[in-house]
Amino acid sequence: MKALSQKRRHPLAAIALLLMGLLVTGGLYAAATSMNEAKASTTTASASDVEEGGKLFAANCATCHGMGASGSKDGPSLVGVGAAAVDFQVGTGRMPMQMNGPQAMKKPVQFNEQQTSQLAAYVASLGAGPAIPADDLTNGGGDAAKGGELFRTNCAMCHNAAAAGGALTQGKFAPALADVTGKHIYEAMATGPQNMPVFNDANISPEGKKDIITFLKQIETTGSPGGADLGSLGPVAEGLFVWVAGLGVIIAFTIWLTSRTS
Amino acid sequence: MSATSTAEPAFVAKTKAGRFTDFVDSRVGGSGILREFGRKVFPDHWSFMFGEVALYSFVILLLSGTFLTFFFDPSMAETHYDGSYTPLKGVEMSVAYSSSLNISFDIRGGLFMRQVHHWAALLFVASVAVHMLRVFFTGAFRRPREMNWVVGSVLLILAMAAGFTGYSLPDDLLSGNGLRIIDGVIKSIPVIGTYISFFLFGGEFPGTAIISRLYTLHILLVPAMILLMIVLHLFMVVIHKHTQYPGPGRNDNNVVGYPLGPVYAAKAGGFFFIVFGVLALMAAFFTINPIWNYGPYDPSPVSAGTQPDWYIGFVDGALRLMPGNPFGWHVEQVWFGHVFTFNVLLPALVPAGILFTVMFTYPWIERWVTKDDREHHVLDRPRNAPTRTAIGVAGFVWYCVMWAAAGSDLIATHFHVSLNDVTYWLRALFFIGPIIGFIVTKRVALALQRKDREIALHGRETGRIVRLPHGEFIEVHAPLDEYKRYKLVGFESPQVIPAQPNEHGVVTRKEKRRAFLSRWFFEDRVAPATPAELEAAHGHGHEAVEAAEGSKSLTH
Repeated sequence: MKALSQKRRHPLAAIALLLMGLLVTGGLYAAATSMNEAKASTTTASASDVEEGGKLFAANCATCHGMGASGSKDGPSLVGVGAAAVDFQVGTGRMPMQMNGPQAMKKPVQFNEQQTSQLAAYVASLGAGPAIPADDLTNGGGDAAKGGELFRTNCAMCHNAAAAGGALTQGKFAPALADVTGKHIYEAMATGPQNMPVFNDANISPEGKKDIITFLKQIETTGSPGGADLGSLGPVAEGLFVWVAGLGVIIAFTIWLTSRTS
Repeated sequence: MSATSTAEPAFVAKTKAGRFTDFVDSRVGGSGILREFGRKVFPDHWSFMFGEVALYSFVILLLSGTFLTFFFDPSMAETHYDGSYTPLKGVEMSVAYSSSLNISFDIRGGLFMRQVHHWAALLFVASVAVHMLRVFFTGAFRRPREMNWVVGSVLLILAMAAGFTGYSLPDDLLSGNGLRIIDGVIKSIPVIGTYISFFLFGGEFPGTAIISRLYTLHILLVPAMILLMIVLHLFMVVIHKHTQYPGPGRNDNNVVGYPLGPVYAAKAGGFFFIVFGVLALMAAFFTINPIWNYGPYDPSPVSAGTQPDWYIGFVDGALRLMPGNPFGWHVEQVWFGHVFTFNVLLPALVPAGILFTVMFTYPWIERWVTKDDREHHVLDRPRNAPTRTAIGVAGFVWYCVMWAAAGSDLIATHFHVSLNDVTYWLRALFFIGPIIGFIVTKRVALALQRKDREIALHGRETGRIVRLPHGEFIEVHAPLDEYKRYKLVGFESPQVIPAQPNEHGVVTRKEKRRAFLSRWFFEDRVAPATPAELEAAHGHGHEAVEAAEGSKSLTH
């Protein structure tokens, strides 16, 4: 103890302390993130897939994301985003991006399934990240009621309770989730695309994600028990409807009733 | 009839129905009442029927609401859902929410009744609002109807109260969030707010009492008060008689229209079923308040698209528009060790307070400014009271800005604009919208009046161009028939009344203020064409045309 107290004023003591602190926090962070990483079964990709994916990447993505996906001022590095992120962004047509804006918009898909999986294999080969989820997690079959609870607690504040979408700041928005495949919903939760937060496996377990997908698919197939859902947008749509359609029809009747046959 | 009939030989009706009717009539005097009411004259105009729509919506609310009370349980005890809607199976929730779900999915016709009730509630408040706009813009609130205007305003507030208490009953996430906002507004009231909140909720929000308390208010107190006010309202309509639009042969001493019986009564009865039918069709084909989407109330989540029903929307919108620290000033202040949340208090209470204060007092404001204490039974066309119409539109625009702000998120997503920009624009419009609305409306009204005057004096443009012998071209104007002209010239046009001294010969400050407002109201008025002006104008028109071609069609 004496030696330590004598050397604490050594000119290098501060640097040693800084290094020690960085090592500890870095190590803890690495441990924590790898612990929380979304672990789903990995689809095996051949070396030729990776190679083909690399070519596709260089031709279509490198302008913004840089050669080797190392990032540029126009796009982030994709090292470590995982196959799931590529499958989601490319598979829903958001990437390649059409133009800069508050967020990448969904549009017609630019690559076929094989090319998408090759791109995903290439990006996955650059660094470990969430993999494309297995079918049994994305095809429903979970507990819809539990999924509903998870959805309302974690997702409904942006996506709306009926998954009809909602506004975020500065022109960003949470899209409606009808017609989104279970795989893409899962990947979005695991990778947090655009402005969406990441829901890793420690946050929502793969089972929980499966339940959420089950819930979403169930309310989508059930439809609206009460008739046309007016977009499931809540009281604003209802108010608009009663003022325009309800009162409109009533006014038409009042005019008819008070008209004279002359 | 019934009083004198005892002296005469007893009248015996021939048929059974006749004897029965006579029995009742000789005891309650129904025929007298029927005769009196049956001869009551009502003018015919589509805009007079919104009060009726409101009344019928209310009747439908009572009928459908009674059905719902059979199955609704306002308990906040916890239970696990065991009904037939699978996405909620086994979810922990309150009995109130569970019974609302059961009404929706397991009671025969329950969902339909719920939807009829809710659509009728929206239509009820909407028709009350439109009815009030009609009354305001036509000046129907003037003597002798000021008190009925107040009763109507109370009815609007009661309708909102009925709606809000009902909105909160299912205890779903949406209604719970609405209650939470109300709780926040109450708590923002300095000093007493917290006490009121604890008193209302029976402790800390949400507690276990609020749903049953709101239920009592919703099915007992508020409807009873609405019913009382409706009775007063209709009673005064009978006393005052109905107003009428200006027209030849109509004045403040008569009512021109059809008697209530039999045609009008049949029309009104039929109209009830039309309103009922429209609401039933809406309920059958359009979802309203899908409580199964929102899930049970839980204080932590707030879903996107959480809004109140339309009639509370303007308060929600004002809350959304309030900045947290405008110009670097923190709206939330700590004074004397207490937090004053002006960022909630100001938007929640001030705009609504201003709107309702002006609404309640407007008949007296205008009466004071115009010194007009005469009875009015003939309505104003909105253009013939430009300043009043402009004030009404300014208030309406202000309301609509706040109303729109309640849907700011949906405006952003559906028009692909930034939510922030929507808020900034609406904040600006909150202040300048009413001013623009006032100026534009006043100018439009004055322009319409000038056009009316022009048409009254020079007739309608026919589009027929005539060349005079000396080469000049003129457009022939066709004179109006007298009925049409009456509408354009037969209106009251109050003038500026300068400040007048009181009995002591003093012009009080209050009187000066009145004179100032009177100037502001009427200084740029467009006077109706006088008979002398009409004569002069027509004489002139005649001459010109007769000189032209010995006119055939332009005599009058």
